Amino acid sequence: MAAASCTLRSTPLPAAVGSPAARSLLAAPTRPVRANQRCLVAKAQKRELMMWEALREGLDEEMERDPTVCLMGEDVGHYGGSYKVSHGLYKKYGDMRLLDTPICENGFMGMGVGAAMTGLRPIVEGMNMGFLLLAFNQISNNCGMLHYTSGGQFKVPMVIRGPGGVGRQLGAEHSQRLESYFQSIPGVQLVACSTAANSKALLKSAIRSDNPIIFFEHVLLYNVKGEVHGPDYCQCLERAELVREGTDVTIFCYSRMRYVVMQAVAELEKQGYNPEVVDLISLKPFDMETISKSIKKTRKAIIVEECMKTGGIGASLSAVIHESLFNELDHEVLRLSSQDVPTSYAYELEAATIVQPEKVVAAVHKVCGVRVAA
Amino acid sequence: MLAAVSSHAAGAARQALGGSLTLAAAGLQRRGLAASAATVEGDTLTVEVNPYKVHRIEAPPTTVTATKDELLSYFKQLYRLRRMEISADMLYKAKAIRGFCHLYDGQEAVIVGLEAALEKSDSIITSYRNHATHVARGGTVAEVIGELMGRTTGASKGKGGSMHMYRREANFFGGQGIVGAQVPLGAGLALAHQYSDTGGVAVAMYGDGAANQGQIFESFNMAALWDLPCIFVCENNHYGMGTAEWRAAKSPAFYTRGDYMPGMKVDGMDVLAVRQAFAYAKQYAVANGPIVLEMDTYRYHGHSMSDPGSTYRTRDEISSIRQQRDPVEHVRKLLLDNGLVEASVIKGIEKDTKKEIDAAIEASKAAPFPDMKELWTNIYAAPLGMQLRGIDSTHVETLAA
Repeated sequence: MAAASCTLRSTPLPAAVGSPAARSLLAAPTRPVRANQRCLVAKAQKRELMMWEALREGLDEEMERDPTVCLMGEDVGHYGGSYKVSHGLYKKYGDMRLLDTPICENGFMGMGVGAAMTGLRPIVEGMNMGFLLLAFNQISNNCGMLHYTSGGQFKVPMVIRGPGGVGRQLGAEHSQRLESYFQSIPGVQLVACSTAANSKALLKSAIRSDNPIIFFEHVLLYNVKGEVHGPDYCQCLERAELVREGTDVTIFCYSRMRYVVMQAVAELEKQGYNPEVVDLISLKPFDMETISKSIKKTRKAIIVEECMKTGGIGASLSAVIHESLFNELDHEVLRLSSQDVPTSYAYELEAATIVQPEKVVAAVHKVCGVRVAA
Repeated sequence: MLAAVSSHAAGAARQALGGSLTLAAAGLQRRGLAASAATVEGDTLTVEVNPYKVHRIEAPPTTVTATKDELLSYFKQLYRLRRMEISADMLYKAKAIRGFCHLYDGQEAVIVGLEAALEKSDSIITSYRNHATHVARGGTVAEVIGELMGRTTGASKGKGGSMHMYRREANFFGGQGIVGAQVPLGAGLALAHQYSDTGGVAVAMYGDGAANQGQIFESFNMAALWDLPCIFVCENNHYGMGTAEWRAAKSPAFYTRGDYMPGMKVDGMDVLAVRQAFAYAKQYAVANGPIVLEMDTYRYHGHSMSDPGSTYRTRDEISSIRQQRDPVEHVRKLLLDNGLVEASVIKGIEKDTKKEIDAAIEASKAAPFPDMKELWTNIYAAPLGMQLRGIDSTHVETLAA
């Protein structure tokens, strides 16, 4: 299963999502491994790595495979990346392909777009996604819209990646959720990785994609451990991941909130609930096939996001679900988001700003009704 | 070609840094025998500071005088700032301080020299390396430590953290989280000085890493176009996190980067050289318009507490700066070697300062954390009874009317 099938998305989605043509192009979500496939799996190079190592491995493999792939950003070369994602790679690929830029996000983002227009495949790293606010014009107008404004003449096959999200007391300016702001930009895809496995496999796909991909990592997930796939395994960028199959309610999440949700699920299981958990992975476009299939089954939806209440990914998803799946719902969509406040430095205030597992449990109670433990 | 050039330069720099005391390749000035060339008359010391490098302006005189009392006050402040940053290091390692923490030890002479020359009616804005700035602008060590520990007694009530300290009554417009973003703000402060004809200046501080931000050049252009009373100060500690200045800047002569603006390079480890430069720059800026000062300085710690600071520079370099150019030691020597005070006076100051720092730490440890209602305060200056939804959308917080 694993090593043989390359689940690479090679062409853009056809217009009708969910059509037979689309289904054949898109890879299936990860299936549980059957007993008779275990020996195949054992041979399929699975090892346990931390997410930063997994990202690094994916980067290394893609750079080796394709000489037009390069990484540029602050302290990515000699320093090895502030989260070690490019650790030591400059020794293998040189200073041009691991380019240490000065601190000028607007400038080097634009340079990345220009290089991509000629056919190179740059990966531009924001040391923190928040710094890319300085590069917003380049991301929106050039990265996102050049393919359109040039009548299709130019592609921008670049990856914009970096850590975002709320960390541990990093202060307001270093705790932002840029996916909120970027989601409206036409022409870009937004992807959020969450495990060691999907971070490597998604990054490989992102690098091979001809679309510009904004690739969200999370400041607190770099040391998350997990099994990773081999060098031929690429994960589809437009597919959500089924984290836990269930029947009672669908909980949508992404990035670090996946872990918050699964913490709540541990408690909910004890209480006799059977939630289905879907990791969105693709923040733009939404995987409507997986989303609608799940809602048709459970008829209840909860969205758990780290974005703020106003204007986040969850707000968009909630609107889409209400508008297109209204008759499949037994309850309005419940959305848990961060408060509409700057993230405080103080520990308790910061913790109160974001969604905690107890809130997820309470939301399930509300939507499914309170159950007495068996 | 890029690879070849940088590896060659890296080799050259490594050789130069290797055991050599000149440090010329890295562009760091070597201190002359300034301390021994001083003369004393009564309570006044006269000393030569290291020469200024100038761009489109004449240098101020390098002969500087200071009284015993001035030097004692500089020493006390320098020592206080040094001990405060060292204690922040220890508190961070003890996990009493979290998140990002950028320490200023090594650079103290810049802010102390600045304050010695300027008034509190002059405005100042700087980067995230702002703990010392807060104290130099009249804040207390307890406010800094309190903020670092996230307490209500902190400079920003515990809500800002290390990078976000401010003191409105002293015209200290803050630290700043994003590299370089404070510089356009600084130009705005200068605009306000001119607009209201205050006769004061604005000081916009940034580092060698930030010097390559586009918004800095935008600020230069506007300030020069409108003759704003702005002193742009590049605190050149030679490393933008892990990247040395020569790897990030085509021209590391930051005092010339204002092009049409005059500039001066100053020995930033010598409080007297700094004071002289700022007095001169303020005079210039009020009369003519903006000027760039480059402070040749050094940070002993890494970029932040998350950076060991030793993967991109040698320990020899760090210790040789400490031995030859330490700003605190320099003033101590001026006072003692020239017989201005007895050693016991210095010891007394050190003892009192340590007590002050320890008391600040104890007070901060005992201080309360911000109340949960602080989550919703200070979002708007005029909250107008706005309603914000909570995490699950059902909770509605009504802000004050």
